[in-house]
Amino acid sequence: MSFPWANQYRPSHPLMRWLDEKLPLPRFVYNAVGGGYPVPRNLNYFWNFGVLAGFMLVVQILTGVILAMHYAPNALVAFDSTEHIMRDVNWGWLLRYGHANGASMFFIVVYIHIFRGLFFGSYKAPREMIWLLGVVIYLLMMATGFMGYVLPWGQMSFWGAKVITGLFSAIPLVGTPLQEWLLGGFAPDNAALNRFFSLHFLLPFIIAAVVILHIWALHIPGSSNPTGIEVKSESDTVPFHPYYTAKDGFGLGVFLIFFAFMVFFAPNWLGHPDNYIPANPLSTPAHIVPEWYYWPFYAILRAFTSDFLFIPAKLMGVLAMFSAILLMFFLPWLDTSPVRSGRYRPLFRKFFWVLLLDVFILGWMGGLPAEEPYVMISQIASIYYFAHFLIILPIVSAIERPEPMPFSITEAVLGKDDKAVLPPSGSVPPAAEPLPA
Amino acid sequence: MVRIFGILAGLFFVAALLWSFVVGAITFAQEGKPATAEHEFHKHPRELHLASDGVFGKFDKQQLQRGFQVYKEVCSACHSLRLVAFRDLHQLGYNEAEVKAIAAGFQVPGVDPNTGEANTRPGLATDYFPKPYANDIAARAANNNAVPPDLSLMTKARHDGPAYVRSLLTGYRNQVGYKNEEGKELLEEFPDVKTPPGLHFNPWFPNLNLAMAPPLTADGQVTYGDGTKATVDQMAKDVAAFLVWTAEPKLAKRHQTGWPVLLFLIALTVLSYYAYQNVWRGVKGNH
Repeated sequence: MSFPWANQYRPSHPLMRWLDEKLPLPRFVYNAVGGGYPVPRNLNYFWNFGVLAGFMLVVQILTGVILAMHYAPNALVAFDSTEHIMRDVNWGWLLRYGHANGASMFFIVVYIHIFRGLFFGSYKAPREMIWLLGVVIYLLMMATGFMGYVLPWGQMSFWGAKVITGLFSAIPLVGTPLQEWLLGGFAPDNAALNRFFSLHFLLPFIIAAVVILHIWALHIPGSSNPTGIEVKSESDTVPFHPYYTAKDGFGLGVFLIFFAFMVFFAPNWLGHPDNYIPANPLSTPAHIVPEWYYWPFYAILRAFTSDFLFIPAKLMGVLAMFSAILLMFFLPWLDTSPVRSGRYRPLFRKFFWVLLLDVFILGWMGGLPAEEPYVMISQIASIYYFAHFLIILPIVSAIERPEPMPFSITEAVLGKDDKAVLPPSGSVPPAAEPLPA
Repeated sequence: MVRIFGILAGLFFVAALLWSFVVGAITFAQEGKPATAEHEFHKHPRELHLASDGVFGKFDKQQLQRGFQVYKEVCSACHSLRLVAFRDLHQLGYNEAEVKAIAAGFQVPGVDPNTGEANTRPGLATDYFPKPYANDIAARAANNNAVPPDLSLMTKARHDGPAYVRSLLTGYRNQVGYKNEEGKELLEEFPDVKTPPGLHFNPWFPNLNLAMAPPLTADGQVTYGDGTKATVDQMAKDVAAFLVWTAEPKLAKRHQTGWPVLLFLIALTVLSYYAYQNVWRGVKGNH
């Protein structure tokens, strides 16, 4: 797609003209993230996080490919090969800490990216497909992160693998055979470690492919913006390059400072000490917890403590945990308000902040042992989580009266837009934009 | 349609969660939180400051050498250090001859070149620290059914690892009459948790009783070459410092590398900020 006023790629050098005729790759890049992509001029810093997520995917693939040259996916030596990387491989500690903390950074960035989308209504028409592909990326990331955590073959690796694959055993009839099939045995062992390694290497490339689709789908309607008002004219946009390459460059710098601080000065803050104990099938850790980025969903899983309508509590927990993520696929049709941005949605905005707090509480509870009162707090927080997406959003979007909105992005930025004049007939112009079908 | 199904699904999950909550709350109201001795009497590690702490932390080689001496003379009788090689001891400030001499002082598994039979030989600098027991069964048999854990990664494998090691080593107490900070007496509150024979009471250990007998029993148990007085607490601190090094020999290098990287990134970010402002000069956006 492009807006009619988008800059055209005009190579001046004969070599580039020749290349443009044979394989217009530079043109493709120019139109994707160069001067040929017009972007709303009013994007705030929350719009930096898509680029940061892409950057982290590249960091993870690069460090991961090199780590795989030194790591041995065999249950007998996996733990020691990880320590070999830490001790004997040149800069191995930097690669491994960079990769382990890189996973956390990737999730931090993606969580901010998701919540930005939630607040500013980026999931709404005409951008539903971008959102759906984003949820697919997030699911793939969770699978990849989980399998990556198993590879060092420490205590949390082993017991995490056992608990998470054990979730499948809650499925009636086929559950236990399914778990054994997934693991290649009755408990995590060499077969499981090998296949997790293989998939952990494969999935990031599938993520990269879906990221390309995500960006492709983005370029059809173009980027959203904090007002949620669609681009109307050239004065609403600036070319991606140099305006947003410059802004993203600055954002990347700030992010890298944070990332580097974690890698060099606090590389084990986000990990669990038990994973420095080699896997031992005969000794269960006191508290089995996954990595922090799964904690909100782990809290939901553990919130179901009683059987309900003949459904075993464990199965309910598994159903709810998967539903908590899968419901994201339906979000564009659950929230039917024609107004995208939370800025002009007074009621939605309040519930959004409650949701953000709720997810923090769920995350906090998910990292704590399954004791009272943490379980009761998780139950209340889980109730809000489901109620927010499945009950509150559909109702709010039906009853809410949005606040007045500017005519255009230009008016939002400059305070006036010359095109925003009353039509001569005196008829009332559309307050915002036509309702999506 | 999506909304109707959504609301129904939402009500289903909310109802199931409310049911779990009510059942849980009633149980909790009736039974309360079960009090356990571990919960009330397990202590968090005492604060410990080492030269390797913090963002400027470097190893104190003198202390590492003292800690190594404690490991060699006390801990190594039962605990392995399998991820550390004698050659690594260079980093503690020993020269090549000293490393060779230290290695030769340990017997490591070998093979008789004439018969092919397993035997032992003096260690070389390239060898790793040998294990004190042939296997876990032998280790259990000698230690009241507990395997002494490998110490290579101990300070990273426990919360607040170095402080935990020091607290544990100096934390053996007489269980009879033991009171916590609130003045509660353990055996009065929990008469059933009396330390079983063969175990030793130590409130810094997660379940309060461990199989390891107090390893550091008297001041002067080792004689330090540098003249430091070998009190029990000093030995515990030194071995904790040594185990920080064994857990991550590259720790000091990590800190040293981090500063130039951070300073470079800060400079880069400042420049990129001005570049960003420059590009947007005269264009009103959201910046």
